[in-house]
Amino acid sequence: MSTPTYLGMPALPPRSPYGTGNLRGDRTFPKAAHDELRNDQLRRNLGKATHTIRAKRLAVTGELPDWEALRDAGSAIKTDTMNRLPELLEQLEAKVTEAGGTVHWARDGAEANDIVTRLVQQTGSDEVIKVKSMATQEIGLNEHLADQGIKAHETDLAELIVQLADDKPSHILVPAIHRNRDEIREIFRAGIPGVDPELDAVPAHLAAAARTYLREKFLTTPVAVSGANFGIAETGTLSVVESEGNGRMCLTLPDTLITVMGIEKVLPRYADLEVFLQLLPRSSTGERMNPYTSLWTGVTPGDGPQNFHLVLLDNGRTAALADRIGRQALNCIRCSACLNVCPVYERAGGHAYGSTYPGPIGAVLTPQLAGMDASADDPNSSLPYASTLCGACYDACPVKIDIPSLLVELRHQHTEAVGRAPEKLAMKAAAAVMGRPGVYRTAQKAAGLGRALAGRDGQISHLPPPFNGWSASRDTPAPPRQSFRAWLGSAEGAEALRAAAEEGVRSRTEADGPDEEEQ
Amino acid sequence: MTVTARETILARIRDAQALAPAPAVDIPRDYRTDRTLPDADRLALLADRLVDYKAEVHTCTADRTSEVIADVLRERGVCRLGIPPGLDRTWLSAYEGEVHTDSADTPAPELDALDAVLTSSAVTCAETGTIFLDASPDQGRRALTLVPDLHVCVVDLSSVTAGVPEAVSRLTPTRPTTLISGPSATSDVELERVEGVHGPRTLAVVIRTDV
Repeated sequence: MSTPTYLGMPALPPRSPYGTGNLRGDRTFPKAAHDELRNDQLRRNLGKATHTIRAKRLAVTGELPDWEALRDAGSAIKTDTMNRLPELLEQLEAKVTEAGGTVHWARDGAEANDIVTRLVQQTGSDEVIKVKSMATQEIGLNEHLADQGIKAHETDLAELIVQLADDKPSHILVPAIHRNRDEIREIFRAGIPGVDPELDAVPAHLAAAARTYLREKFLTTPVAVSGANFGIAETGTLSVVESEGNGRMCLTLPDTLITVMGIEKVLPRYADLEVFLQLLPRSSTGERMNPYTSLWTGVTPGDGPQNFHLVLLDNGRTAALADRIGRQALNCIRCSACLNVCPVYERAGGHAYGSTYPGPIGAVLTPQLAGMDASADDPNSSLPYASTLCGACYDACPVKIDIPSLLVELRHQHTEAVGRAPEKLAMKAAAAVMGRPGVYRTAQKAAGLGRALAGRDGQISHLPPPFNGWSASRDTPAPPRQSFRAWLGSAEGAEALRAAAEEGVRSRTEADGPDEEEQ
Repeated sequence: MTVTARETILARIRDAQALAPAPAVDIPRDYRTDRTLPDADRLALLADRLVDYKAEVHTCTADRTSEVIADVLRERGVCRLGIPPGLDRTWLSAYEGEVHTDSADTPAPELDALDAVLTSSAVTCAETGTIFLDASPDQGRRALTLVPDLHVCVVDLSSVTAGVPEAVSRLTPTRPTTLISGPSATSDVELERVEGVHGPRTLAVVIRTDV
């Protein structure tokens, strides 16, 4: 097939359509977080989980002397992939097809849901088994299948807990971390047919109950749906990285396997696995390697599913790609290291983000996939502000996504987009004033009047509109009695400047010896 | 003429790249590759990693293979053993239970009735304690090493590499490949680790030091 002739100006690719899938909450982050913060159990569980995984991650990344070199390679491979995305996807398609698989393309979540539904219906089955997959969570596949009379069984233990409780995942890696063992026992007793009513809350016994329940599903369900961690363009090889063996079951036992993969998950070469099989497990669970990884290429006669379908999903990814800075978020390998180091995530939890993708990476990925100005007070517009910009996420990211810079860029874009918002007018006013020194001096004198608003502690706790949003969650120090410019122009300022200059001359003369050796 | 989703997505990607052109990147590959370690070091490293994953580790010379395998199976009370069609039968000379040779048309539920499966392996990475199975005749199809509750896996020291890049370079990409690092595990309930969920709950590794 030839590439369509390129005509006219490039168009901005569309976001994930508004009102579809799970990329937008029903309220803003501050409102959702406000409620989540009252949940002591959530905070305790999250605190334990994030701190434990953090410590393990630091231990196993620290033992590799070439960890930074691996991060550099991983980052560059992903960036190179995004630069060469069309040809890599076409190569992947050709290789999968050559190996006996069928490739489908889905412009958005609704189209992917329709494709998967049709493929399941063609098998005649009204049940599918599922491997934990963020892409299918993002597009709301389970809900869509249910509407079409197809029951999707989540087989990852945490996803099963979430599904049986009709709940939402709260962490990328450990989606049911907000539940404690007693709740899980109750969820199992209510939701698993034929479960032992005497089931206790020992984690090993809960896992065993899931094993017994799901084994029958694994052995009898003819269709599985999975996501993919990597898709290798060079060979057409797909990969799922997991721990429990439910992935292997789903990828091996059914007759038909349908894999939904975001277009950004393609990797150029098979050998690139040598980088990502080191980066991902160590960053994700803090293990040297996860228990099981499956690699398969199309269909193998006599081994595994004999019908393999790969659904390549856009759903806003090309819109993210069109952003010079924001596209970095597409490099994400879904390890969740950034969640575990984030002071905001640790307290607010995953639900507050309202999206399949929580935490720092979610705060930059979600608005890019689904947009953040689809309506007035779009909940996604609050996500870029759900951060202290401390930078821990950037340090932890195995592919070096500069999340703080992306957050700042998205804040800028949001401010630009909301045309007449009071903050924008305020900022415009500031820009106008600061550009003209004479007016700036006058404005500074006027700001001195702000002291009249401050309490005895010198803090202003309630600013007038349009700045009241700022003061809702923080105090503002009162402006100083005298502006810096005014002070510098005074006799006291001139004296201080002279003293500082003399001090500088003296210290330079004394320090005229050899520099200390750089460590 | 209707435009296909494929054409639309590829056109969107090209539009995105035109709107936000990015400079070509050089990929720095300064991480460790082509590492070698003496036999004793690879053996020690691998054994340490496997024990860390709660796998059972047995070390022997090739002439004791059948004896060690029989001991492992006896200790676990194995009566029905599954094997891939290409397994070296001499490994079973000291085992006294039933042997079921797997084939592609054996339904998966029948594998559930096996007490254990015994296979060889393709490659193993010492640094991460990862065994690579590639569905060769001495390892069998993927379902065989997945459904039974005990997997006894023979690893020859000559197939053990130091690190991940050395192991990946020995693989044949088109073969269905399974990486196994200890028995299955979950930490989904309050982050408490439970060994053994859906795959074999026990992994016993027999490392042959002179092969």
